[in-house]
Amino acid sequence: MSSDQLYGLMAEFPNPETLTEAARRTHKAGYRLVDAFTPYPVEALWEALEHKRSWVPAVVLTGGICGGLGGLTLQYWSSVIHYPMIVGGRPFGAWPGWVVVTFECTILLAAISGLLGMILLNKLPQPYHPVFNVESFRKKASSEGFFLLIESADEQFDHAGTKSFLQGLNPIEVSDVEE
Amino acid sequence: MATMDPRPLIEPGVPPVITGEHTPGSVTDDITRPIFGTTKPWWLVGLAASFALLMLFLMAAAKLVTEGTGIWGLNIPVAWGFAIINFVWWIGIGHAGTLISAILLLFRQDWRTSINRFAEAMTLFAVACAGMFPILHLGRPWLFYWLMPYPNQMSLWPQFQSPLIWDVFAVSTYATVSLLFWFTGLIPDLASLRDRAKNIWIKRLAGIFSLGWRGSSKHWQNYESLYLLLAGLSTPLVLSVHTVVSFDFAISIVPGWHTTVFPPYFVAGAVFAGFAMVFTLMLPLRPLFGLHNFITDRHLQAMAKVMLTTGLIVAYGYIVEIFVAWYSGNTYEWYMVKNRFFGPFAFQYMMLWVCNIVIPQFLWIKKVRTSPWILWLISMAINVGMWLERYIIVVVSLSRDFLPSSWDVYAGTRWDWAVYVGTIGLFMTLIFLFIRFLPVISIFEVRHLAHEKSHH
Repeated sequence: MSSDQLYGLMAEFPNPETLTEAARRTHKAGYRLVDAFTPYPVEALWEALEHKRSWVPAVVLTGGICGGLGGLTLQYWSSVIHYPMIVGGRPFGAWPGWVVVTFECTILLAAISGLLGMILLNKLPQPYHPVFNVESFRKKASSEGFFLLIESADEQFDHAGTKSFLQGLNPIEVSDVEE
Repeated sequence: MATMDPRPLIEPGVPPVITGEHTPGSVTDDITRPIFGTTKPWWLVGLAASFALLMLFLMAAAKLVTEGTGIWGLNIPVAWGFAIINFVWWIGIGHAGTLISAILLLFRQDWRTSINRFAEAMTLFAVACAGMFPILHLGRPWLFYWLMPYPNQMSLWPQFQSPLIWDVFAVSTYATVSLLFWFTGLIPDLASLRDRAKNIWIKRLAGIFSLGWRGSSKHWQNYESLYLLLAGLSTPLVLSVHTVVSFDFAISIVPGWHTTVFPPYFVAGAVFAGFAMVFTLMLPLRPLFGLHNFITDRHLQAMAKVMLTTGLIVAYGYIVEIFVAWYSGNTYEWYMVKNRFFGPFAFQYMMLWVCNIVIPQFLWIKKVRTSPWILWLISMAINVGMWLERYIIVVVSLSRDFLPSSWDVYAGTRWDWAVYVGTIGLFMTLIFLFIRFLPVISIFEVRHLAHEKSHH
């Protein structure tokens, strides 16, 4: 197989501890296009691979602020500017009665933007991905397998060299990931 | 999540949160077994019975749409009867789900992991049932969108100062956020279903809804961040929803409604009712699906304690209502209290005390907290008691307000009952479909827990 059809090399490990250790050593060895796959969140991996902080909180905050301001603007504009009407002798801009709707709009937009943000930041939905070409990944990744991937686009990638590097990390097996 | 918790999962003297030996694979197998296994006879019988009740609901709703709300027992002065009683009852039941999935997550209560998925589903379905009542009560349900702010030719806007509009926003936000939270939790589990399913349709549907999830560590990082934030957003949300529902009453000046204790007392009552419903559904499910390893005695005990605590807060609410009515010196308030004790609804009021205050006191006994049958009976008593609570609040106050000349009696008609029982059918139908087609326990979180457990 020529290397331009190769997406990367994947190694399988028996448990999250060995995977984390392998990820740490891979990162130390200078590989940067590295990804690890686990059936449940393993926070030690984020440190091992030196992930940057997630953007999700910023997205949620922005969504929440937009929702709150939007809700408040809607109520102010509709009951003070567009169709002012005296209810119960209160002034047009009697804001205490708007607190509930403003709060609900804040939460609603924060939550929606959070989910959309998570999906988009993860570049999902993505039904096809080369990693699914590895049979053991397809069978085990979402239930019991722990995998490490080095992409062929990595500067240090060299099929034979990277393969022997991965084999040095005591994996269960190392497989080619076809594009 | 559980990893951030420095405490050992097995504490001396406390039963473990999961029992048995588990690997990530065996957890997946155990929890997906009901989905990939054959259809059980009890499931078919249960679904058929629930579906029959759902048809009753559709019939009653069709009757209501063609003939109007006159088929219900509503009239002045009791213009809000079963519709509001059932609305508040259902929405209260939903609250346990959010409490378990959000508040207990923030408090690092790892026992929640085995029951949160189920409780969240229960929340969604209960909110769906709750939503039926205000919409049907409109009399012209097809015009429900008039409640939303939208540009229209008449330049009409909703009255944003009205508690009923607050309800619209609070309940629709609650339903949406609960759905997002539930779906977020399901994504990794749907990926497991996609990879394990033999049936091509399960594989395709799970494949579509899992969005191509592959468990990359970058994905998990964003995912965990979102999950925690959604929990943080849901916590004030769930408290606000029942507070807003209590404003429907408390903002008015009707005796028995105009009470400042209503928001906290309604929230506690909601959690009380919700945990009772989780018990009602989960206790039979545990032996039927063989989930004893994941739903252990520890869960029963912890939930029973939450139920006991919230029950005591509810009892406090009842006593404060009486005290304030007396202390305020307000004739109408005090008459309302006397009317509750000695009036035409005295039997219902006494039953309310028995179901909500007396019977839950058995939960002080440890043997009761670990015996499924007694817990189930207690939770059924609470389900009934909490319905009676809303009945008493709505009916006693409205039927005897300020002017004796406007007093009248109130009773639900058979169509009131048909709609009420019908929504139970809707709820149970959704529950039966859920337990057959989706994992009732969050698989990835239990894997995590099993891993933690094996390392302590």
